[in-house]
Amino acid sequence: MNPLAFLTDPVTQGFLQATTRLTIPIMLAALGGMFAERAGVLNIALEGMMLAGAFVGFAVAYASGSLWLGVGLGMMAGAIIGLALAFYTVRLSSDQVVVGIAINLTMIGATSYAFRAVFGPGAASPRVTPFPALNIPFLSDIPIAGPLLFQQGILVYAAFLLIPASWIVMSRMSAGMAITAVGEHPEAAETLGISVARVRSLCLVASGLIAGLGGAFLSLSATGLFLDNMTAGRGYIALAILLLGRRNPWGIAAAAALFGGADAFQLRGQGLGSGIPYQFLVMLPYILTIVVLIGFAGKGHNPAALGRPFQRNRAE
Amino acid sequence: MSDSIGTEPAPLVLRRVTVRFGSFTANDAIDFSVGRGEIHALLGENGAGKTTLMRVVAGLLVPQDGTIQIDGRVVRLTSPLDAAAHGIGMVHQHFMLISTLSVAQNVCVGIAKAGRLFPNLSQVARDLDEIGARYGLHVDPHALVGSLSVASQQRVEIVKALYRGARILVLDEPTAVLAPQEVEGLFRVLRMLAAAGTAIVFISHKLGEVMALSHRVSVLRDGRLVTTKATADTNPAELARLMIGEDLVLPQVDGKHASGPVAIETRSVHLRDEFGVPRLSDVSLAARSGEIVGVAGVDGNGQQQLAEILAGLQTPSSGSVIMTSPDGPIDVSHSGPGERIALGLSHIPEDRHRTALVDMSIADNAALDSIDRPPLARWGFLSHRAIRAFAARLIAANDVRCTGLDQPVMTLSGGNQQKVVLGRALAHSPRVIVAVQPTRGLDLGATVFVHRQLLAQCAAGAAIVLVSTELDEVLALSDRIVVMFAGRIVGSMTRAEVTLQRLGAMMTGQTA
Repeated sequence: MNPLAFLTDPVTQGFLQATTRLTIPIMLAALGGMFAERAGVLNIALEGMMLAGAFVGFAVAYASGSLWLGVGLGMMAGAIIGLALAFYTVRLSSDQVVVGIAINLTMIGATSYAFRAVFGPGAASPRVTPFPALNIPFLSDIPIAGPLLFQQGILVYAAFLLIPASWIVMSRMSAGMAITAVGEHPEAAETLGISVARVRSLCLVASGLIAGLGGAFLSLSATGLFLDNMTAGRGYIALAILLLGRRNPWGIAAAAALFGGADAFQLRGQGLGSGIPYQFLVMLPYILTIVVLIGFAGKGHNPAALGRPFQRNRAE
Repeated sequence: MSDSIGTEPAPLVLRRVTVRFGSFTANDAIDFSVGRGEIHALLGENGAGKTTLMRVVAGLLVPQDGTIQIDGRVVRLTSPLDAAAHGIGMVHQHFMLISTLSVAQNVCVGIAKAGRLFPNLSQVARDLDEIGARYGLHVDPHALVGSLSVASQQRVEIVKALYRGARILVLDEPTAVLAPQEVEGLFRVLRMLAAAGTAIVFISHKLGEVMALSHRVSVLRDGRLVTTKATADTNPAELARLMIGEDLVLPQVDGKHASGPVAIETRSVHLRDEFGVPRLSDVSLAARSGEIVGVAGVDGNGQQQLAEILAGLQTPSSGSVIMTSPDGPIDVSHSGPGERIALGLSHIPEDRHRTALVDMSIADNAALDSIDRPPLARWGFLSHRAIRAFAARLIAANDVRCTGLDQPVMTLSGGNQQKVVLGRALAHSPRVIVAVQPTRGLDLGATVFVHRQLLAQCAAGAAIVLVSTELDEVLALSDRIVVMFAGRIVGSMTRAEVTLQRLGAMMTGQTA
C-alpha cells in the first residue's frame, strides 16, 4: 500500500480545506487589526466590525441576490464602524479599549435585532448560496497544497492577495512609513508633516474594510447563512493572532493558519467520536493560542504609542 | 557674521513676539534675529522663555502678538509644516526620530521628495552621503535609528533638517546629551554649516559653550529679552549675571574632609532588562557616611538602573546590595523600598512628576512616605493635625513658595515642587541618600538651595550617592566621582584627581 495514500484521502482533503476556511476570517481580522495597531490605535472593535460585515453582507446578498454587492457593503459596514471608532479615539481622545468594547456589545445586539427585524422571528433560517469552490487547474491537484490553497472560494484567493499587498504597503511604500511613524512617535510624525489624526483615521477605516471582509467571508463564503453572534469571539482571538504574528502580514498568516488548523482538527475530532467531551475539543485552538503566546511573552516590539491618544497643541 | 551684512534681509527676524498662557507671559515683546552664516546663541535659565520662543519659530505655537519675518517677508507659522516650508529646521531636545525606521526612512517620511507612493530609498541614501561629505556629518543611511548612539541620532536630526531644505537651523540644548568630545564634533559641524551660509540658533544655558561657539548672544530672563551682544564683547561672568539677575556664589566641596564607615554598597551587581539586555555589569560601589559619591556619565549608561537598585525599585540579576544598620550589615538585595526606608534610606528620584509626587495637596504629598506610622498616623488612622503641622514645618524650612498647605502640588513651579520632594526625603534624617538628577529643570536659585541641603546632610553624616549628567554639579559636590559607561563603572577618582580630560575620556568608555 502506498504510504502516502493518506495525503489524498477524502478525510485529509476535507481537513485541509476546512483549515483554510477557518483560517481566513481570523487572518483578515488580524490583518485589519495590524493597520490600526501599527498606527498606535488598539482596535478592540474588530469583533464588532466582523459581525457587522457578516450581517450586512448576508442581508444585502439575500435581498439583492448578488454576493459581490453583499461583500462590498459588508466591508463598508466595517469601515463605518472604523470611522465611528476614529471619531471617539482620534477626535475625542477617548479610551480606546472602552470604546472598542462598547462597539462590540452594541453590534451583537444590533445585528441580532436587525436580523429578526428583516427576516422575522423564528422563521426557518434563510440561506444564500455561498461562493462556490473554484478549483485552479493543475495546482488544485497538488497533494496538501491543492486542497489547502487551490480548491477554495474566490474570497480566499482575494484574502491571500491581501497578505503580500499589506506587506508591500507597510515595508515599501510611503504610507507604511507614515503609519509606523505615527504608531511609534506621533509627536515626531507631526513635526515631519504627517497628520496623526488623518493617518490614524484612515488606518481605522482600512481596518474596518478588512475586518468587514472577514465577517462577510463567514456568512457568504464559509456558510451561506447568518447566526446570532456568529463571529463567536474571532475578533478577539485575532488580537492574539496579531501578537503572535508580530504585526507582520506573513507572521499573521502563519499564526492564523496555526489556529485554523487546530480548529479544523477539533471539528474532525468531534465527528470521529473520540470520547473526549466536545467542550474540551472546542477549547483546543484557544488553549493552543494561549500556550504559544506564553513562548512569545515579552518578546517582540510593540508600537511605542500603542493605545495612547495623541493631542495636538498641548501646552508642553 | 552679524545681521548687517550688505542689504540682504536677515533669514529670520522676530519683532515684539509675545506669548501668554493665561495670565502668565512666557515671552514679552521679544526682538530676535539671525543672519546668514551667523550662530546666534539664546541663553537663559529654565523657564526664561527660550523653549517657548523656539516653539513659535517651529510653528508649534502661534504668538498672540508680534511678527515673524523670513527673508524680509512677514509670515504666519501655524504648523511645523509651515516652518519647514520656509526653511526652518528644528533639532529638538528630545529627538523627533522613529526608532524602528532606518535613517533614510526617517529623513524622507512624510514628504514627497523621494517619491510620493514608493520612496526611492537608495536615492535618499545617496543624497545623505552627499550632505554627509559636505559637512562632515557621516551617518549610515541604512542603519536602524534605534540602534544608533545618541550622538549619531543627533547627527541624523541635523541631516534630516538639511535634507528637508533647512536654511535656518534651531538647536534646543543640543549638548545636554553629549560627552565633551562629542560636543567638539558637533561644534565643528555647526561651524561648517555656518560657513556655508546656514543661519543657526543655538539654545543653551551653558556659558562656556556659548562663548566658544556663537557670534552673537541674546539673554532671556523671566520671559523678557535682557540684552543682545556680540559674543566678543562680553564674558561668562557678565552673561551669568544677566541670566540670573544677581550674583550667586555656588557651594563647592574641597574634597578633603574625612568620611566614616561604609553605609551602603553594591557588590558585583549585574542587571538584565526584560529583553535580556545587560544594563549593569559587575558594578561595585560603596558610599561612606559623610561623603558624596558622584556618579557621572552620559545619560543612559546605567546610572538610572544603579539608582533604582540602590533604592530597591529593581532587584539585581546577580550580586548584592548591603546596607549598614546599627546592628551590623544587612543584605537588602531582595528587600523593597519600604524596608530600606526603615533602615534610613531616602530616595530623590529623577522625574519628580512621574515618581515622586502625586496629584494631591502639598500637605498630602509631604506626608506620603510616612503615613503608615506615628506620629502622622495611629492604628491606620491619619492624624490630620499632625500631618498639617508636619507640612507647615516642611514648607517653612524649605522656603516653598505657595499659597498654603492645600495648594495642589502640581500647580507649583518646578523648583518649589523639588523643595517639597527634598523636604520630605530629608525630614527623617536619612543615613543614606540616593539623589538622581536632583536639579534637572531647576533654575540656578533653586539649584543652589538643593546643593546646600545635600551638603548639610552630608555634614550631618549621611552617605550620599549623587547621580547626575551635569558635570558641573558632580564636580561641585562630590568627594569621589565614579564614571559609568555601558553599564560598567569605568573609573573612580577623588575630587583632587579629576581633570576634565580624564572625565571626558571615561565618559566615552576609555578607561584611564
